[in-house]
Amino acid sequence: MRALRSWSASDQIALLFLILFGLLIVISLSAFLYSLKEHPPSQRREDNWRQFRRDLNAIWVGSCLFWAAWISGPVGATLLFGVLSFLALREFITLMHTHRADHRSLILAFFVLLPLQYVLVGTRHFDLFSVLIPVYGFVAIPVASALAGDPRRFLERNAKIQWGIMVCIYGLSHAPALLLLEFKGYEGRGAFLLFFLVIVVGIGQIVQEVASRSLRRRPVARRISRSFSLQAWVGGLLAAGLTGALLYWITPFKVGQALVMALIAASSGTLGGLVMKALKRDAGVVYWGNRSSITGAIGLLDRVAVMCFAAPVFFHSVRWYFKASL
Amino acid sequence: MSFAETTGLLLSAVARLITGAQGHWKGCPPTTDQRIYFANHQSHFDWVLIWAALPRELRAVTRPIAARDYWTSSKLKGWLTAAVFNAIYVSRTRSTPDEDPLEPLVDALGNGDSLVIFPEGTRSNKGDPQAFKAGLFHLAEQFPQVQLIPTWIDNVQRVMPKGEVVPVPILCTVTFGEPLKLAPGEDKREFLERARAAVMAQRPVVERS
Repeated sequence: MRALRSWSASDQIALLFLILFGLLIVISLSAFLYSLKEHPPSQRREDNWRQFRRDLNAIWVGSCLFWAAWISGPVGATLLFGVLSFLALREFITLMHTHRADHRSLILAFFVLLPLQYVLVGTRHFDLFSVLIPVYGFVAIPVASALAGDPRRFLERNAKIQWGIMVCIYGLSHAPALLLLEFKGYEGRGAFLLFFLVIVVGIGQIVQEVASRSLRRRPVARRISRSFSLQAWVGGLLAAGLTGALLYWITPFKVGQALVMALIAASSGTLGGLVMKALKRDAGVVYWGNRSSITGAIGLLDRVAVMCFAAPVFFHSVRWYFKASL
Repeated sequence: MSFAETTGLLLSAVARLITGAQGHWKGCPPTTDQRIYFANHQSHFDWVLIWAALPRELRAVTRPIAARDYWTSSKLKGWLTAAVFNAIYVSRTRSTPDEDPLEPLVDALGNGDSLVIFPEGTRSNKGDPQAFKAGLFHLAEQFPQVQLIPTWIDNVQRVMPKGEVVPVPILCTVTFGEPLKLAPGEDKREFLERARAAVMAQRPVVERS
C-alpha cells in the first residue's frame, strides 16, 4: 500500500483502469460461459438475465467512456461529455412534445447554453460554470420564449425546457468538472473522484434493484415506480456507503467522511432516478427512447439520468469539503 | 472522392446528428431493387432525412424531385440539387398545354433509377397528409415492375417548422412499409386513397405504459 502511494497520479490511475477492466472482463466471460449452459426455461429468470445483460452493457459503455475521458485530457473530456449532454437533451426534448413557439428557446439551449457551459468547464471557470444555467439561463429561456409571442401553456412549455437543460446539461457537466477541479494537495487526481462517484452510485443503484426484486416490499409511490420501496432504498444506500468507506484510500477523505460522501452521492442518485421515472410516466414511456428502434443507439438518458442528479450534488459537497476558493 | 460526394456525406452526418435519421425497414429490406418511395411531406428537411436514412449504396441510385423554378434560381441551389443529390427537375407550370410534367420522372425510371416523391405536392402542417396527386397513379400504371414503398417521416415538423432556418435537434424516424401494388383495373381515386392510407399506416404508435 505504501509503495502504491509513492506512485505518480497517472500511474495510480492507470492501475485503477487495469483493475476495472480486468474485473469487467472476468464478469463478462463468466456471463458468457453461464449463457452457454442449458437452463430450464422460466420467465422470471429470462427477465432477470435480460436486465443483467443490459446493466452489464451499460457498465461497459460507462467504463470505456470514463477511460476515454481520462486519456483525452481536459479538451477530450469536455467534448465527450458535451456530446453526451447533446444526445441526452435531444432525447429529452423529443419526448417532451415541445411546441412550435419553443423553437428559438430550443436553439438557445442546444447551440448557445450547451457549448458555453462546456467551454466554461474546459477552461476551468468554475464560478461562472455553477451559475450560468441556474441564473442566466433561467432568465434567457423564458425571454426567448416570450419573444416568440405564443402565450399558450407558457409556464408548462418553459418548465419543460428548463428542466431538460438543468438535468441534461447542468447536471451532466459536473462529471467533467470533477475531473478538472484542482484541489490543494490532490492535484491531477480528479479521475479518482469521478470513479468514486460512479462506483458508489452504481453500487447503490444495483443493490437497490436487486433488493427490490428479492424483498418485494410495498412500493412508496406505486404509480411512479413499482419497485422503489423504502427497505430497498436503504439497502442500496448502505451498500453504497460501505463501498465508499472501503474506497476511502483513493479519495482525499478519511473513512467516515468517505462514508458520508458516498451516502450523499448515492441518495441523490437513487432519488434522482425515481424523479426521472416520474418524468417518464408523465411522458408516457417506460424507457427513454424508441424501443422499436433497430438502428441508432438511443435510450441514453436511462443510462445517464442517475449521474445527472448525483454529479452536481457530489461536486458541490466536495467543494464544501475542500472549501476550495474559486 | 469528389467535393459533391463529400458534401453529401457531410449533410447526411449533420442530419444524423440532429435527428438521428433512423430508418425502420418494417415492410421491406433495404435493397437495390428499383423503387418509388412515396412519403408524407411536412418540411424542406424531409428529403435530407430520407437520404440520410438510406444506406450509402442506395443513396447514389435514389433521386429526389425538385421544382425547377425554385431549385435552379441560384448557383448554390442548382449545384446542391444537381451535383449532390442528383435531383430530377420538374416544372410546376406547363410551358405548352401538351407538355407532360411527369416526363422527366418517366425518363429517370426508364434509366433504372429509384425515386422519392411526395405525392401531396405541397407541405402539410399538421396531422394527416392531404389527398395525393395523380402522378403516383400514372407512374404505377406505366412501371408495374417498380416497387412502391409507402414511407412515413415522423417528427420532422418539430425539427424545422415553416419559416425557421436553424434546425433543432429532435429524434426523427423514417418508416418504410410493405410494397404497394396497383391492382388490375383499379380506379385512380381508389388507388390514391389506398396509397395515402398505406403511408399513414406506417406512423409509429406512441407506446404507453
